[in-house]
Amino acid sequence: MNIPYTVEERPDSGLTNGKLGIWLFLASEVMLFGALFSTYIILRMGAPEWPHGELNVVLGTINTIILIGSSMTMVMAWASLKMHDWSKHRLYLIATVVLALVFLVNKYFEYAAHYATGELPDKSTFLAIYFTLTGLHGLHILGGIIVMAYFLGPGAKLYKKNPEQFTNRIEYTGLYWHFVDLVWIFLFPVLYLL
Amino acid sequence: MHSDPESIRKSVRSYITVFVLLMIFTIITVAVSRFHFGVPIAITVALVIASIKGSMVAGVFMHLSYERKWIYGALILTAVGFLILMSVPSFTMMDHIGTPIHVEAPAAEHTGH
Repeated sequence: MNIPYTVEERPDSGLTNGKLGIWLFLASEVMLFGALFSTYIILRMGAPEWPHGELNVVLGTINTIILIGSSMTMVMAWASLKMHDWSKHRLYLIATVVLALVFLVNKYFEYAAHYATGELPDKSTFLAIYFTLTGLHGLHILGGIIVMAYFLGPGAKLYKKNPEQFTNRIEYTGLYWHFVDLVWIFLFPVLYLL
Repeated sequence: MHSDPESIRKSVRSYITVFVLLMIFTIITVAVSRFHFGVPIAITVALVIASIKGSMVAGVFMHLSYERKWIYGALILTAVGFLILMSVPSFTMMDHIGTPIHVEAPAAEHTGH
């Protein structure tokens, strides 16, 4: 059975089913991260003192720049498809995956430095919420990489069969990816700078 | 939303503008944190800048500035849920279970020993 309204818009919503689906998923993600941000506020308000300057701001800033750059390459991967430029699309999508991998490598170095000095989640409330929030965000990055790798590999076949449906799938991937970037835009100042 | 190649080319210009602005705001966020303002001012400034950056990502990269009303509807519901979540910490202020009760010490009574 084919999924209806993958290319043409549904008359009542004016949307493809995939677009509405990804936005509803993102809405649930807002609540997931929102609950953790709320937890952060409660923990911070209740703490007699809160550590400042424990994290590597330089690495955090580099990772912020990397994620913003990856959002740019992601939107360009979609725009290239809309302009019927397949090779540029591939280049931008590969660039997005590479930037995402560099983000995770940086994160690994950060975690390794914490591990080496024994700064683990059981050591302080700050470290507990830091590892929870950045760990969950890191899993989202990993999820994005898997989806993009699929569209670079076996998922790319769809372009020959149904280019519009493929373009829409890249748009939904992009919406998810920009959301992951958006979460980091808030995580970075909250954890690294305040 | 616009989808013909010509309007996409125009959109690309706005993507580049937003990308440059996001970079500038990132530098501003880090620079501002070097000044040691009081905690309330530092939090306000950081969150205002993060909100501006977030709106640019959502509005332009995620095309929310020209989306269909069903998506706005879903997001309004999400915003309500998010605000409730953010107000949960203030409820904890009302919870006095476990906090020490300060009872006025009774005035010392001289019983005449």
